[in-house]
Amino acid sequence: MEYLLHILILIGIYMILSLSLNLIAGYTGLLSIAHAAFYGVGAYVAALMALNCHSPFWVNLICAVILSGLLGALVGIPSLRIRDDYFVIATFAFQVITFSILNNWVGFTGGPMGLPAIPQPDVFGWTVSSHLEFLLLVGFFCVLMLLTCRRIVQSPFGRVLKAIREDEAFAQAAGKNVASYKVMVFVIGAGMAAVAGAMYAYYISFIDPTSFTVMESIFIISIVIIGGAGSLWGPVVGAVVLVTLPELLRFLGLPSSVAANVRQILYGGLLVAFMMWRPQGFLGKYSFEKGSSRG
Amino acid sequence: MTAALLEAAGLRKCFDGVKALADFSCAIQEREILGLIGPNGAGKTTLFNVLTGFIPSDGGIATFKGTNLLRLPPYKIARVGVARTFQNLRLIRRLSAIDNILLSFQNQRGERLRNVFFRRRASVRQEAENRKAALALLKDVGLTEKANDPAEALSYGQQKLLSLVCCLATGAELLLLDEPVAGIAPEMTERILAAIRSLPDKGKSVVLIEHNLDAVMQVCDRVIFMDAGTKVSEGTPQEVRNDPKVIEAYLN
Repeated sequence: MEYLLHILILIGIYMILSLSLNLIAGYTGLLSIAHAAFYGVGAYVAALMALNCHSPFWVNLICAVILSGLLGALVGIPSLRIRDDYFVIATFAFQVITFSILNNWVGFTGGPMGLPAIPQPDVFGWTVSSHLEFLLLVGFFCVLMLLTCRRIVQSPFGRVLKAIREDEAFAQAAGKNVASYKVMVFVIGAGMAAVAGAMYAYYISFIDPTSFTVMESIFIISIVIIGGAGSLWGPVVGAVVLVTLPELLRFLGLPSSVAANVRQILYGGLLVAFMMWRPQGFLGKYSFEKGSSRG
Repeated sequence: MTAALLEAAGLRKCFDGVKALADFSCAIQEREILGLIGPNGAGKTTLFNVLTGFIPSDGGIATFKGTNLLRLPPYKIARVGVARTFQNLRLIRRLSAIDNILLSFQNQRGERLRNVFFRRRASVRQEAENRKAALALLKDVGLTEKANDPAEALSYGQQKLLSLVCCLATGAELLLLDEPVAGIAPEMTERILAAIRSLPDKGKSVVLIEHNLDAVMQVCDRVIFMDAGTKVSEGTPQEVRNDPKVIEAYLN
């Protein structure tokens, strides 16, 4: 039972991550591979504040969101100047830098040893300790994020995001400040990823940099692409499928050394298969493959 | 004659040593339809790109109602009141026809991030009004029944018509139309030309790049013939058509 709840909590955390990346990559067309960095910043800010300031859950969460959002602006602003492949490389660089800082600033982040013994969150007097309680907390934020995303993509604001994805020149000719929209969506996405980070830190109660590597970013992108980039429910489906699938491998009774590798092969194989036969993902309308008319 | 709506002087633009614009000057009056003709590579589209900020100019000035356009980014130029269409037809192909028009309206409350979450009623009301206005624009050009179809599902001619409507929907006073009837069946050409002809009555000025000389003769009040980045001839359609320099350039 605990195992099942654990999987559901992980699905919830990845749902928040992929929903937020979907805004950036799926709706606005900015293929960022820095999402695990924002996830990590959220986790570390929440954990450090809980450990050092003993501040309440809500304060830590909000600080994590704000700090990660500011970093989002920092990454978003160079995206005004570069596009497509170069943008991907810039976000990759940010991801690597963030990991290096988390891994090497031993005095502050604990370096490779990580941050142990993160206290249980106290949500307005409700101490969240059991798996079930965590699931409720994560579920609440999942629903909140889903509603936020829906608000955004169904608004005229979201219409501009889609226009930027499809044809930047048209959006500019229609009087839209494309650069500022890109920064805004980056800040929103980064802030939402920080929510997932804080959830993760509180839930696992121990964080170290290996949870926030490039591979993690790629995993989140896989969820978005396989679920369906640019569709509201795509990331929800993607998170369920991609988090559950490797767990099924456990029941095949493979030795653990093999299972880890099989998991990687599975992700790779799935991604290739989707790119070849269903580039728009399960529910998507937009495929990265087409690289629509830009210029 | 009153002061011109747009005044450009000494515009220059070089691409790797090729002069796309060489000391080009022109003035566009209020409520006129100005035709811009000339052989391929004469610099017509470059002029549009420079005036709308998509390409930085190498020199010269261009003022629209007293505002210098040449230092502004494209989105600001659109807001100031100079809108354009593109030669290689640009629309948000996967959004509906009406969404394309809605995108083109200015000053939308709902496009501001804080209004996505707060004080929604006003944004929703404005969106409903905009939707009505967009439908009216579609009705004017006879595309009502296509309103909810994705733009890519429209015929090529309908898409060109839609891009013209989008340009108009920006509310700009000056519309720069890049080959609005190129490659289109005669019947649709008539519809698009009729739409263009009605623009001055709506208070708009138009600059029209077009290779279809019959179309230019039909709708334009004035024509500029361009070659190698400069103005070769200017006048009424008849005058330009009979100008020996123009005839010579076309024969070459």
